[in-house]
Amino acid sequence: MTSAILDLSRMKPAFADPTSESQFIFRKLLDAMSQPGTLHDLSAAPTPPPGVSRAAAAVILTLSDQDASLWLDPALRGGEAETWFRFHCGASLVTDPAAAAFAVICHDLASADLRIFNQGDAKYPDCATTVIVETPALEGGAAITLSGPGIQSTATVAPAALDAAFWRQRAEIVSKFQFGVDLFITAGDRLFAMPRTTRVNLQGV
Amino acid sequence: MNAATNTAASNASSEAAYYTHAYLDEQTKRMIRRAILKAIAIPGYQVPFGSREMPVPYGWGTGGIQVTAALIGPRDVYKCIDQGADDTTNAVSIRKFFATVADVETTESTADATIIQSRHRIPELPLREGQIMVLQVPQPEPLRGLESRETETRAMHAYEEYGLQYVSLYENISAFGRIAGGAGYPVLVDERYLMSPSPIPKFDNPKMHLSPALLLFGAGREKRIYAVPPYTRVRSLDFEDYPFEVQKWTQACALCASHESYLDEVILDDSGNRMFICSDTDHCATRRADGHHGSMSDFSLEDAEQSRTGGERP
Repeated sequence: MTSAILDLSRMKPAFADPTSESQFIFRKLLDAMSQPGTLHDLSAAPTPPPGVSRAAAAVILTLSDQDASLWLDPALRGGEAETWFRFHCGASLVTDPAAAAFAVICHDLASADLRIFNQGDAKYPDCATTVIVETPALEGGAAITLSGPGIQSTATVAPAALDAAFWRQRAEIVSKFQFGVDLFITAGDRLFAMPRTTRVNLQGV
Repeated sequence: MNAATNTAASNASSEAAYYTHAYLDEQTKRMIRRAILKAIAIPGYQVPFGSREMPVPYGWGTGGIQVTAALIGPRDVYKCIDQGADDTTNAVSIRKFFATVADVETTESTADATIIQSRHRIPELPLREGQIMVLQVPQPEPLRGLESRETETRAMHAYEEYGLQYVSLYENISAFGRIAGGAGYPVLVDERYLMSPSPIPKFDNPKMHLSPALLLFGAGREKRIYAVPPYTRVRSLDFEDYPFEVQKWTQACALCASHESYLDEVILDDSGNRMFICSDTDHCATRRADGHHGSMSDFSLEDAEQSRTGGERP
């Protein structure tokens, strides 16, 4: 994230119609965040750069800009993805995860540390980072049961590559509510959300 | 192609072309959208946002309008009510605003709407999953009447220090024998954040508890957005020996005979005649269309005026 000049000759397009496309995607994200654990299809979003899922790219394109800094997984830095986000969002890319409004983690999820991100301030818990967790698939992993605001009784999800240690770490973080991080769990064209209020039942993991 | 239709269509599109879609610029919408998502993630917490100047004065729904503008799209059907009524100046002008700047379909029917913006009421018809209720808020801080400093109220929310609010309710009981507040009655959201429900009558408070619809609150002058996600616990504050209760009426609606809805008192003349009618005009009209008749459903203000003055115009 040090190169001063963007290579525009190989820049891939993003939204063809930013106003209507970002409105459409925002409403999907709104539904996802207000109904945690429900899967949402973002196949209408632009083709993402290599290394990033369409769903994760859609979240960043829709929400990030010069006022909302972005932290990228080290695996995505210095490549086409970084250039794409810099050009299309104008987002300020940060290396300090605690300074990020949005973050993408996509490698070594088993050892991912959510505590490095901004957990919010007691008086301003909205400053906490929104973390996009890129998984190989939203199905086929260990099933977890969700409850809390936005969920009528319970919801069940089974994202791949997220193990009991990941959920225990998240549970510890969000047990200090109003502190916590809010998650978008993505894979391919789809995502679901887990705000910090969502409680996870680990039975079966 | 018909020339007349063509001209009408091009007039409409050229008028819309003067505006950015939904009035706000894209960066402002992104800022509001980020605030809305954080508001949902922390139910009842007031997220500060960079409220913009809108083409109506503060107090006319600038917060609600900005929240709606950040949400609204071509698939939406938009309803706007003021004190329950679809046909008052504020409601009509905001509805026309979004019909113009967002080219969106509008309705007066609660059942047909996807976004319902409201000042001071939640409709009588139970909201359903997928609907979004946008409430206009004059004063988002429930503790402001008790503590004027924002730095203090923010700390009180941060440390869940709500004793002062309970003292205030207690003082109310010792002065009036009951909790006398009628509107903007404070609630606790998901057993954590104290929240002002906006100046809806406390009659509407129970509708927020485990509501299938998303509730969003926008305060333009005070620059705050907050939310109650669907299926979230919302508890009106009370005491074991003074439980929360809502307004009750001995009358039924004089137009549709409803016993369940929130009633407005309408003064008819200067000799003490009055009627009670549903505040929710869509609810009342739907019931009348379904064949319900109240005691004064044939009442006409013009006829009453004529019989009083003997046909002479004042």
